[in-house]
Amino acid sequence: MLKVTIDNKTVEVAPGTSILDAAAKVGIQIPTLCYLNLHDLNIENKPAGCRICVVEVEGRRNLAPACATDCADGMKINTHSIRVLNTRKTVMELILSDHPFDCLVCAKSGKCDLQKMAQDLGIREIRYQGEQSHYREDTSPAIIRDVDKCIMCRRCEMMCNEVQTVGVLSGVNRGFEAVVAPAFEMNLDHSECTYCGQCVAVCPTAALTEVDHTYKVIEALADPTKVVVVQTAPAVRAALGEEFGLEPGTLVTGKMVAALRQLGFNYVFDTDFAADLTIMEEGTELLTRLNKYLAGDTNANLPILTSCCPGWVNFFEHHFPELKDIPSTARSPQQMFGPIAKNYFADKIGIKREDMIVVSIMPCLAKKYECSREEFKVNGDPDVNYSVSTRELANLIKLANIDFHNLDEDDFDQPLGESTGAGVIFGTTGGVIEAAVRTAYEVHTGKTLEKVDFEQLRGMEGVRSASVDFNGLELKIGIAHGLGNARKLLEEIKAGTSQYHAIEIMACPGGCIGGGGQPLHHGDSSILKARAQALYREDAGKAIRKSHENPFIKELYEKFLGKPNSHKAHELLHTHYFDKSNQITIE
Amino acid sequence: MTKHKQIRIALRNCGVIDPQAIGEYIARDGYQALATCLTKMTPEEVIDQIKKSGLRGRGGGGFPTGLKFEITRKSVSDQKYVVCNADEGDPGAFMDRSILEGDPHSVIEAMAICGYCIGADKGLVYIRAEYPLAIERLKIALEQAREMGLLGKNIFNTGFSFDIELRYGAGAFVCGEETALIHSMEGLRGEPTFKPPFPSVSGYLGKPTNVNNVETFANIPVIINKGAGWFSAIGTEKSKGTKVFALAGKINNVGLIEVPMGTTLREVIYEIGGGIRNGKKFKAVQTGGPSGGCLTEKHLDTPIDYDNLIAAGSMMGSGGMIVMDEDNCMVAVAKFYLDFTVDESCGKCAPCRIGNKRLYELLDKITQGKATMEDISNLKNLCTVIRDASLCGLGQTSSNPVLSTLDNFYDEYIGHVVDHKCAAGQCKALMKYVVIDENCVGCTACARNCPVNAISGEKKQVHFIHQDICIKCGACYDRCKFNAIEIQ
Amino acid sequence: MNCCIPTISTRATRSPLNNLNTGNTMSSIKIKLHQQDIDKLKEVCASFNNDAGELINVLHKAQGIFGYLPAEVQEIISKELNVPLAKVYGVVTFYSFFTMIPKGKHPISICTGTACYVRGAEKVLDEFKKNLNIKVGETTADGKFSLSCLRCVGACGLAPVVLVGEKTYGRVAPDMVKEILAEYKD
Repeated sequence: MLKVTIDNKTVEVAPGTSILDAAAKVGIQIPTLCYLNLHDLNIENKPAGCRICVVEVEGRRNLAPACATDCADGMKINTHSIRVLNTRKTVMELILSDHPFDCLVCAKSGKCDLQKMAQDLGIREIRYQGEQSHYREDTSPAIIRDVDKCIMCRRCEMMCNEVQTVGVLSGVNRGFEAVVAPAFEMNLDHSECTYCGQCVAVCPTAALTEVDHTYKVIEALADPTKVVVVQTAPAVRAALGEEFGLEPGTLVTGKMVAALRQLGFNYVFDTDFAADLTIMEEGTELLTRLNKYLAGDTNANLPILTSCCPGWVNFFEHHFPELKDIPSTARSPQQMFGPIAKNYFADKIGIKREDMIVVSIMPCLAKKYECSREEFKVNGDPDVNYSVSTRELANLIKLANIDFHNLDEDDFDQPLGESTGAGVIFGTTGGVIEAAVRTAYEVHTGKTLEKVDFEQLRGMEGVRSASVDFNGLELKIGIAHGLGNARKLLEEIKAGTSQYHAIEIMACPGGCIGGGGQPLHHGDSSILKARAQALYREDAGKAIRKSHENPFIKELYEKFLGKPNSHKAHELLHTHYFDKSNQITIE
Repeated sequence: MTKHKQIRIALRNCGVIDPQAIGEYIARDGYQALATCLTKMTPEEVIDQIKKSGLRGRGGGGFPTGLKFEITRKSVSDQKYVVCNADEGDPGAFMDRSILEGDPHSVIEAMAICGYCIGADKGLVYIRAEYPLAIERLKIALEQAREMGLLGKNIFNTGFSFDIELRYGAGAFVCGEETALIHSMEGLRGEPTFKPPFPSVSGYLGKPTNVNNVETFANIPVIINKGAGWFSAIGTEKSKGTKVFALAGKINNVGLIEVPMGTTLREVIYEIGGGIRNGKKFKAVQTGGPSGGCLTEKHLDTPIDYDNLIAAGSMMGSGGMIVMDEDNCMVAVAKFYLDFTVDESCGKCAPCRIGNKRLYELLDKITQGKATMEDISNLKNLCTVIRDASLCGLGQTSSNPVLSTLDNFYDEYIGHVVDHKCAAGQCKALMKYVVIDENCVGCTACARNCPVNAISGEKKQVHFIHQDICIKCGACYDRCKFNAIEIQ
Repeated sequence: MNCCIPTISTRATRSPLNNLNTGNTMSSIKIKLHQQDIDKLKEVCASFNNDAGELINVLHKAQGIFGYLPAEVQEIISKELNVPLAKVYGVVTFYSFFTMIPKGKHPISICTGTACYVRGAEKVLDEFKKNLNIKVGETTADGKFSLSCLRCVGACGLAPVVLVGEKTYGRVAPDMVKEILAEYKD
């Protein structure tokens, strides 16, 4: 152990501990800006570039960045000497001198790390002013890049390259013009971007934000000729409360439903219902392929890959098009909900498809792109009209003057609001495959599953494997969250060495609870864990915990769809994938 | 008087041998040191000799070379690398190029010795792509050394193997910083990373790597051949041996010189350099390139070594030495170096990326005569913050040209700010061309040559320059044959 | 008479982003690559074992072949070396030696190192700009000349130094510029 003195407090730390972590142990919070550490997910960004965390180390010529400097025995550190404070303030002024001064109308105002830092450091004037860098704004279907606001923290670059291995963002140019951008400063929608939104989730400023559809939803709600239906994804209820100051992990399902009703949605439904539907379709597909395989068919197409994550779908279409026949053809819950609402339910309430607007509340930015895909439209009318993020929903609630804290809890409407515990856990890594196992087990073995909690499928490890005993058949399951982890499993499949029967893939670290549309975690991974636990709590509290036992799902098949994977089910609930690998145009 | 003479160690063969003939190098004890090391000495003994010689890195930092060898030797790894930093980028410095062009084998031999010391079988030379001749000669030398078995497998039948590859720089001054250089060799942007870990522990491809510059390497065979004692007898107490300088600027004899550490600036400028050109008055000498500072009259008798230069507010750097005379405005000189730094900053850390830009803008404001005394105090603060907070050596030293000129030429700054005058007459915005009525004969030459028609006046009448139109190009001044135009 | 020291900057030569800012989008940089060029490029990559660590060496060779590094060339290199295109572009825009703008038939480089600066390089540069009617980093309309600034070329004894292609001119004075250009008239 090493002994160091920080601001006259002595602390013992293990070798390899940074000054930043050592200080935190004695209650000293050294400010950081570029640094990001999601401990539970092994995600770290430490370029030591912003120089906000500098501290004075006795005997050292210059100041040391606390995030990147390891403690040495006997070190004497001062984190708030006049030299440190002046440097920190000056560096902050420099960063602000190359940043637009439009805080009042900025999308990130109030949630901006840079703004908060300026406040904390008491910046009241900017002594250093001069040329500011200017770049073109880029709007894609899901993400807006306003590069003038980039402070070169490199978090997005780290996420895009090291965590997601998508490789669309890179530091480009040099010196004052240096910035993070796609190749040739091209628009994101021309690049291989998957819209996973992890860059947005970690951006400390408004350099990367979501495309905001709040006002489109308000317009739809104001249109008397439309029936507006809303669906809410599972991960939203576990995070929305954070936007209203509630503890991470607080479940706000009832309040959320009440707020949506007060906003004026005609029907408040649950994407969890569609998640149960997904299990019926995807689970059946799994069993079909599995039975083929057990019958000795070498073309059984195993492992089957889940397909409910649109970021992941974009990823394999761009990066692994040769594997595009392996994922399940089942649409994502969002896109299953759309056609069921616009066909089955519209019919039921006696309106035409065009008179219904479907809004989805999602933890995700890729969903914005997904609902705009051509294959999910009928005569130009999208199955899901608008996909808004958890953050946008919070803004909607605030815009409508709703006192979220004092809302009485309310229930979803029927029939598309009824869901099981299996549908709920879709929102966290491992949840989809656990839900699938609960149903597939019973269908395959004909037995009742006594214990529905599959602890071996849960956790935050990036790549997990587990096996489940299907009455003598050992079903081998792989789970990956984060596209870099997914890549590892895909490379195995490509090499023919994959040993799995089924693989669940989620683009975002942690699954949907860590989605790009969720309240910002500001680098605190315990928030993600708390959200996951909340979903498991909701699952445990549900009366029905297996998708195939959802009474309204049963009714849907009996009255409308027939059997899972039926012709009608294929038409409405399945999709196909495209090879989007970049081609060089030779003329 | 031997002290005043140049001593050639690093440049011992330059201009003496045919660099493309390995035989000529061998004839002058070439590869003798490598043979001695491999056949008669243990790596520890070689390192001990280098440590005893007192050799310090010639690239700028001045880190003890032997110690660097020792640390890399002690790092445990299956693979280690020797890297020669030949990405000479200081404006006005060209000693590395001269050595590589004139005596490439000295570097190759030293790299092999280094490989033997640290336990590496692979060397890499990171060389500027702008040095085609040096690249060519190095390639020829490598081929010849391989042919003669001085590189490759089982050198001198000792079981020691070593070979060298070339890697090309692509025009980034920051790649002189060793972590940036390593990233560049790995095919990445040449952005430095925080140290530790030092390259001697985790360098090229994550393996222990010993990075030295060309001139440092060129000294090593001589140290082995003549002994550490011989080498350490030259120089000052803490800086041993010689240093090569590229002497340039307003001086009569420009070019490369190699002098013992401890030689004074006066000796270099007046005895070797032949004094200031055109009989002008010496004003300052800039050492250390954009990381260094400007030294003045009062420093002329300071013995040149690592520590004295730092104490005087400059640094050794890689050995650029630019002499300035009374016509150079020191604010403009500081601005020139900052322009370089702004251009060469990698952009990774905020103080260097934005701070140097603002520093440049402040200096520009001063040379325009638009600055206030508050700007001067902001300038000082900014210099200190950039030095204290930047990530790598480039930013940590980039304000030296400003700080040293503020120290030594504060009056000039004040002159620009308070009196709106540039004493050296260099800052365009602060001067004006006016007609001396008594001398003007009305020849109209000035008016005819003025590109913006800023001069009026009839033939044989006194002419007049309209200051609001004048762009201060100096065409009138150059054309007037009657000394009728003066600069105020 | 040493009268004026304007700012000398090579910044204009870098940052292709600046072009894009003015609405000059990606598509306008697009060029047609012949199959034989693509094959040649792939050969270059293969000669470095398609090793991502050799990216800078590959870019040097590619620029040697094409004279510059258009987007298509970077795309092929990205695929062959399995380096994300954004990273290739990040490297190209980091190093001032690499350019995405085609150089003239006779590229003119003016050394603006300290020694050349002190001895009046900027006046020489101004004279070239005036004569060619282009800025630093640009190429004349007929594609004959392009103008760039170099940091020290290590010929300080000859300051100020100008390079036209491979040929070096030393102690260049502004009134020599016309003569130099005349050498390349046809």
